[in-house]
Amino acid sequence: MESKKSRGFGLLIVLTALVAMATVGVVGLLVNIFERKQEARKPFVRLVEVNEVSTDPEPWGVNFPLQYESYLRTADTERTEYGGNHAFTPSKLKQDPWLTRLYDGYAFSVDYREARGHAYMLHDQEVTKRVTDFKQAGACLHCHASIIPTYRRIGLEQAGEEVSEAKLAEGFNQEAVMAGFRAVSRKPYEEVYAELLKTHDGVTKAADGDPHMGSAHPVSCIDCHDPDSMKIRVTRPGFIDGIAKLARSDDPVPHLPSIQKWRDSGSETPYDPNTDATRQELRSFVCGQCHVEYYCANKMTLTFPWGNGLKVEDLEQEWDETEFPDDGGEFYDFVHKETGTKVYKAQHPEFELWSQGIHARAGVSCSDCHMPYEKQGATKVSSHWVRSPMLNINKACQTCHNVSETELQARVDTIQDRTRALIDRAAIAMTEMLDAIVMAQENGATEAQLKPIRDLQRKAMWRLDYISSENSKGFHADQEAARILGESIDYSRQAQAAAYKLGWKANDSESNEVATK
Amino acid sequence: MEPSIPQSFDSVAPSRTGWRRFGRATLIFVVLIGVLAGLGTFTFGYGKGASYLSNDPLTCINCHAMQGQYDSWQHSSHHHVAVCNDCHLPHDAIGKWVTKADNGFFHSLAFTLGNYKDPIQIKPRNKRVTQSTCVDCHKDFVHSMLPAVKGEDMQSCVHCHADVGHAQR
Repeated sequence: MESKKSRGFGLLIVLTALVAMATVGVVGLLVNIFERKQEARKPFVRLVEVNEVSTDPEPWGVNFPLQYESYLRTADTERTEYGGNHAFTPSKLKQDPWLTRLYDGYAFSVDYREARGHAYMLHDQEVTKRVTDFKQAGACLHCHASIIPTYRRIGLEQAGEEVSEAKLAEGFNQEAVMAGFRAVSRKPYEEVYAELLKTHDGVTKAADGDPHMGSAHPVSCIDCHDPDSMKIRVTRPGFIDGIAKLARSDDPVPHLPSIQKWRDSGSETPYDPNTDATRQELRSFVCGQCHVEYYCANKMTLTFPWGNGLKVEDLEQEWDETEFPDDGGEFYDFVHKETGTKVYKAQHPEFELWSQGIHARAGVSCSDCHMPYEKQGATKVSSHWVRSPMLNINKACQTCHNVSETELQARVDTIQDRTRALIDRAAIAMTEMLDAIVMAQENGATEAQLKPIRDLQRKAMWRLDYISSENSKGFHADQEAARILGESIDYSRQAQAAAYKLGWKANDSESNEVATK
Repeated sequence: MEPSIPQSFDSVAPSRTGWRRFGRATLIFVVLIGVLAGLGTFTFGYGKGASYLSNDPLTCINCHAMQGQYDSWQHSSHHHVAVCNDCHLPHDAIGKWVTKADNGFFHSLAFTLGNYKDPIQIKPRNKRVTQSTCVDCHKDFVHSMLPAVKGEDMQSCVHCHADVGHAQR
């Protein structure tokens, strides 16, 4: 009787425990459903005022925590096979020794590393040997720093106005920004950096006797967003000048319908992206403020070469037609040390190459792939963790492409591997061309004889550099990238053949021996 | 429940009437069952549990995971003739409820744990279901295009007609 009773009691204990566990589960589910329902509420509350001097992203982050959190992740260091982020940023010069010959006589031949996330853009510029060991222009800060309030301050000071934090915070004042930009673009890097530190950043307050009123920030919220309305906007003077030139050209720009609209309207005022462009176009323009080809040194102000169009030969034509304002000399980026040829240095023409590709034609913006929308609770937020779409295939690609992630990765790999193989071939052609030119020079070829060869050399190097410096390994426009590299190989081989002929002419007796070296 | 007539008054203490008869442990158990039932009922109501037994497309946006699909369906050509269940559940009674249970469980699990892909992706099983429902409604019109032997390979309808259910973005 007693044991039966205790067995019954034990069973009851077990059952009670089971019911208690089930209850815990149900409460857990209830709380989860409650939380999910809370997510569906509008999360935005403006807690902190931000204005036109708020270059520090932190106060913006109080109002927009979701965007800010993902922006902070640009400090993370994941990488793809081709480029991307890396904690130790390996040297590209070690990986591709031919780059040292391509850039011979230019700072890039000394230090050229893989890029890291946006969070590092200012720091990495401060420490690269290209800046520490060489004289660089303040124009470099146009893209690497949150510099617009500094431009505005200098512009206003030049106009003889007194500049307080309140005055700077008042409004964008494009006229003053442009004036400030033109005033400091050609000044030395260090000087402009010092100006940057003198500008209010909305957070740092000057201590007694400390001339610094702010702190230098890499590009942040204010560089792409209007602090009053949060609308996306273009702030960079280089882009504003460049896109106005492009609009005035007759380059067909089917991927930028607002430019065609501006042309059709017969407008007298220059094309202004902030009033004329669609929101979707601006989602590319904000990136195109920096991810482009430009001239950025001290012989003339920062220039985007878009006067003839956006194709590689359009940019080349503009550089061909450009003369330096001070001495009237023909434009060049650097003198190639080995051969003495004046050549162009392609920067990183992502916007231009994307413009030639199928995604641009389909109306896909830079942000659609590099800052894809993601759900945070029930809210749709554009990820501000700007990074390779290959690290985020689900959100970046599968919004449009209904195929598996492995298939999409394979498609990209095919394009990038093909481009890489063509780059390698173009690099071999380029180095053999350099050998041939050096040989012709050693054999006493005259400057007049070398002129057409130098022109070919410049074209070949420009094209190879254009695709190898562009940050997509051909993906932004695969056929265009292949065409450009094909042209590079052709120009290199033409120059090589012409140099061989000169070598023979200049030194008949040794000709065969030299030519087959 | 009336106790049966006792054999003798000695075997049951006259004071052990009412809840005392079941003992303290039983009491706790019964209270817990009651709490569980109450919480369960409340959660079922709060989570709109009953709606999952209906055909209402609003059920599919009880949680916000499918808001985009719901929005695009509203702009689609099938909006006037078909709701979510018409395309995403088999048209036979057993298959319908089995699929409903299967999807119901795994969708809630994914949403609760938050480990699902976004944009969400249809599973092979549900893809087959969708194909069968396309054919079921349109068979009179497309019978000549169907495979001669049942179950043979065929092109998926939505491969080309991608925007009939969810309008193009």
